[in-house]
Amino acid sequence: MKTTLIMVLSFCALLTLAGCESMSGDKEDTGEGAPVEDVTGQGAEDDGSASTSAAMGSSSWSRESLDDPDSPLYNKVIYFAFDQSGIQPEYQDILKSHATFLSNNPDIHITIEGHTDERGTREYNIALGERRAQAVRTFLRLEGVNMDQMSMVSYGEEQPAALGLDEASMAANRRAVLVY
Amino acid sequence: MKLFSPNFPVSVRSIFSARIVAMLLLSLLPVTDALAELTIDITQGAEGATPIAVVPFGAPAGLQLPQDVAAIISTDLRRSGRFKPLAKSRMISQPHDATQIAYREWQALGMNHLLVGKVSPDGTNSYRIRFQLFDVYKREQLTGFTITTSRENLRASAHHIADIVYEALTGEKGAFDTRIAYITEDRSNNKRTLTLNVADSDGYNPQVIVTSKEPLMSPAWSPDGRKIAYVSFEKGKPAIFVQEVFTGKRSKISSFKGINGAPAWSPDGKRLALTLSRDGDANIYIMDLVSRRLQKLTSHYAIDTEPAWSPDGKHIVFTSSRGGQPQLYRKAVSGGKAERLTFEGKYNARGSYSPDGKSLLLVTRVNGDYRIAVLDLQQGDMRVLSDGRFDESPSFAPNGRMIIYGTRSGRKGELAEVSVDGSVRQRLSLQQSNVREPVWSPYNRRQ
Repeated sequence: MKTTLIMVLSFCALLTLAGCESMSGDKEDTGEGAPVEDVTGQGAEDDGSASTSAAMGSSSWSRESLDDPDSPLYNKVIYFAFDQSGIQPEYQDILKSHATFLSNNPDIHITIEGHTDERGTREYNIALGERRAQAVRTFLRLEGVNMDQMSMVSYGEEQPAALGLDEASMAANRRAVLVY
Repeated sequence: MKLFSPNFPVSVRSIFSARIVAMLLLSLLPVTDALAELTIDITQGAEGATPIAVVPFGAPAGLQLPQDVAAIISTDLRRSGRFKPLAKSRMISQPHDATQIAYREWQALGMNHLLVGKVSPDGTNSYRIRFQLFDVYKREQLTGFTITTSRENLRASAHHIADIVYEALTGEKGAFDTRIAYITEDRSNNKRTLTLNVADSDGYNPQVIVTSKEPLMSPAWSPDGRKIAYVSFEKGKPAIFVQEVFTGKRSKISSFKGINGAPAWSPDGKRLALTLSRDGDANIYIMDLVSRRLQKLTSHYAIDTEPAWSPDGKHIVFTSSRGGQPQLYRKAVSGGKAERLTFEGKYNARGSYSPDGKSLLLVTRVNGDYRIAVLDLQQGDMRVLSDGRFDESPSFAPNGRMIIYGTRSGRKGELAEVSVDGSVRQRLSLQQSNVREPVWSPYNRRQ
């Protein structure tokens, strides 16, 4: 249910943006292939993960939980498919935990870093990394986090986590990181 | 010359120390802190290149020259792919002026052209170079000059002579006496250092102009070759700086919320196209560099980035994901509709115009590999010029005959040059560092 709502809200956000576009008087053809999946995530069918966040005893989380390997808040990195910026279903729980923590702690601020692998051009990757950071921010916002608590920066392919050029290294580099 | 305190993550330098630079006739000034030079490795030679003999230049006995002028000229001509210089060992004689030339000898060696010259001292640390280019069959001089230069400028003068020879024989301007800017990355002791460098087009005389621990990217030469715009993450987020190459003086010209990237100078040097996401989505803007006023060129929820100007300054080509994947589009600077330019393949990005405006240099994906290609804007056909897996950042020489780009050798970043017809290839590498994002300068300021 919740994911469906997210999808609807995200789509509304997109429509609003598209509305802004036409108001700015630009005559570009915006009809082709709107990348709807970029913002909405791909977890619409994954009902199981959608309802779990409230049951985690989140109110007991403290700042220390961020550094506790047993806490769901310990994990601050999520990964993306090649050239995509949709939140994959397996990472929604991580983000929901952080969303709960952040909305309970409105004075805590995070920076969402967006990263890409080394394929493709550098400036395009900066933009792609920002899309990933935006997707995370949108997800967290829809989960109740105040926009003022979040800033974003995209490093594109400039700060790889893994230095290899094999598939596994590249997958490790296509990521968004929540920096507290 | 550091403009910031040592604990600041960035240091900015002028190329020429704190010296006030006079723009003289032959004006590459001394190396202040040369680092490891890029080494050139010609990996593929041209067939059908014109034979030419570049005879070692004469010098009075006892004169120690810091540079072998003829060797520099010879290497330049070979690098162009248009010429095949004769090996020194095959020369029967080594004339230094017209009276010493036995034309039949050079004809027998299959030479079409012959370059001879001599270097003589002209006061302290100053030289006079006299050179003459001959047509071996017509037995006549095609061109010849005497130029005065300094010890420090001897290399630059050799490149200048190569340019004169190249132009005399091909009718096209040479681009040897030009420079390249590039980024290097060092990872040692778990510390990362990034530098923005400027070197001669053959990799010699490298000079660091910016050092940072945070990413540096997207260097772009101003059309007069005196400034470089670049992106620096030195404050933890991207900002665009414009730095004077000779003085090290710089100013931050864009640090909006979100992306500040992909700076590109207009041909008149008065405006900068750039990518900003201050309104939420990556879009192309044009900044007037005097008033700093912004014009929003594109306004689309997809990614728009990597702007490049047409040589007449009327159009901007850019990468956009509006069709679902990155493709190149063109839009008039005055506004209007964006026109899609690339249709072949699912990834075409970072377009830039050839100096004559007739073709676009770009990065394209071929069977999962990222390669450099040239798109003919009239015919619409695309030629792939590189064969790596991660090739990127292509840049035309100002005469449009050579392309420099970033490639990988294993994990390591190197630079590669390829002639526009694909016939000649060479690699430029640094022993220690990764090298990437090369950009070829405009013609030297003497022109």
